[in-house]
Amino acid sequence: MAKQLHIFVENKPGRLKTITESLQKIGINIRAFAIQDRGDYGLMKLIVSDPRQAHLSLADMGCACALKDVLAVSIPDRPGNLHRLLGALADGGINIIDAHGFVLQPNKQGICVIEIENLAQTNAEQVVRKAGFDVLDDDQLNNL
Amino acid sequence: MIWNEKFECMAPAELKQVQSERLKKLAAYVYKNCKVYKDKFDKATVKPDKINSIDDIKRLPFTTKVDMRDNYPYGLFCMDQKDVKEIHVSSGTTGNPTLVGYTKDDLKLWSEVMARCLACAGAEPGDTVQNAYGYGLFTGGLGVHYGGLEMGLRIIPMSSGQTQRQLKIMQDFKPKIITCTPSYALYMAEEAKDMGIDPKNGNWKIGVFGAEPWTEKMRDEIEAVWNMLATDIYGLSEIIGPGVAQECPHKKGLHLFSDVFYPEIIDPDTGESVKEGQDGELVITTLTKQAIPLIRYRTRDLVSINCEKCKCGRTSPRISKIKGRTDDMIVVRGINVFPSQIEHVILGIEGTEPHYQIIVDRQQHHLDEVEVLVEVNSKMFSDEVKKLEELRRKIKKEIETVLSIGVKVTLVEPKTIERSMGKAKRVIDKRQI
Repeated sequence: MAKQLHIFVENKPGRLKTITESLQKIGINIRAFAIQDRGDYGLMKLIVSDPRQAHLSLADMGCACALKDVLAVSIPDRPGNLHRLLGALADGGINIIDAHGFVLQPNKQGICVIEIENLAQTNAEQVVRKAGFDVLDDDQLNNL
Repeated sequence: MIWNEKFECMAPAELKQVQSERLKKLAAYVYKNCKVYKDKFDKATVKPDKINSIDDIKRLPFTTKVDMRDNYPYGLFCMDQKDVKEIHVSSGTTGNPTLVGYTKDDLKLWSEVMARCLACAGAEPGDTVQNAYGYGLFTGGLGVHYGGLEMGLRIIPMSSGQTQRQLKIMQDFKPKIITCTPSYALYMAEEAKDMGIDPKNGNWKIGVFGAEPWTEKMRDEIEAVWNMLATDIYGLSEIIGPGVAQECPHKKGLHLFSDVFYPEIIDPDTGESVKEGQDGELVITTLTKQAIPLIRYRTRDLVSINCEKCKCGRTSPRISKIKGRTDDMIVVRGINVFPSQIEHVILGIEGTEPHYQIIVDRQQHHLDEVEVLVEVNSKMFSDEVKKLEELRRKIKKEIETVLSIGVKVTLVEPKTIERSMGKAKRVIDKRQI
């Protein structure tokens, strides 16, 4: 299963920078990121080249962070595909908590990283594959 | 007017005689009727028959808030509960609240001293008082109410809050006296302006403000904006509630009714008396209370005392405004808050560590706001915002339940709250008071 790194950050100048700085120091490559804002604080969500190493390193620094299983779905970069993916999940009764997407090569491949409610208890991966999408595992995602 | 000229203006020698007789009786009474006091006296190896003059008070042991907490609820009572006619509770440092109880005579005493206070501020029988102290377990509301009844005022029992209604009542019934916290008086002035009322033309002529510390600067502001006389009242629920001391219109200290509440000013570290005029901790002995008499109660309030006769004619000693605390208690909107209460809540929530900080600020609208910073650690960190928000709301709700005031809870990153050697700096008070 693909892993996403979640980090608690206060909403203050310079806080994100200390995270990226420490990852840079240990040679971690950030493949994608998203930031969720809650006013006083936010969650930084990262797809990185080595999630476990990154997690250990940030935890050592004293960051409040966690590795979270996510569904990384490969989507051909064409109109209607995200709609089809979301339709499949909806039909399967699967709830999305949060998601972000990025395109690797325009007109070819997009990636949608999805947090699923109670992921382990759902058949989300099956549902997605059945709808004709590829689901990336940890290594595939990290080595894009 | 002077409500009880006999006692308030009594010659010092005669007053000392009264105090001595009352203390002698009190020492025998608590020794006989309360095991906690008996044990304390025995431990200090002092028998009540050795107490013959008020000067002997120094031989008696102190009583503290810890004694009240450890003997909660009934340990310090000297009376059977069937003779207790009213109880109030206020905040304790942790866990147990502070319980106070009144017999019928205690309620009479409370009415008497509150009548003295209202008269001391300038009220006359027949005047109307708008009482905007909270009614309920907080002693402020009922204390003023009983005093108003005793001295024959017309009472409007508004309680706290409902500002627009307060202002309408002021306009409709033209009460001469307003009683509330000083910060609320300023808040109401803002609200009045917003409603198109010029507070300068307000009807209140005398304010009896207390339940929180305030400065001369605040007094000037209140007097200017409302065009009224702003006086300070002092009290604490353990002693009786409001009614321990009150300023007269000369505003040169608060007259403390020492015929019933005997004051000492001590060095908080050594417990020894300081010289008249020097700052120290106020210690009070309730000379005539029945349900829970307090012997040498450590108020933790820092004041100085002045025993000269006042221009108003009263001989009762005057204490200064409260200059600080010897513990870490803070007063927020008239409510006593101990950091330990907040710590207790935070530690009771799974996964939390006692890394927190309390920030108190007085916003532009003059009302105090409390923000509690809580460090998020990896154990309590949830990877979902929804769960973090649930945690934040849980902390907020539990703190609010314990303190009875609204707070803002902010989650902060690990290790961002300053660690200091020894005692952590738990409270940052940004108010100018």
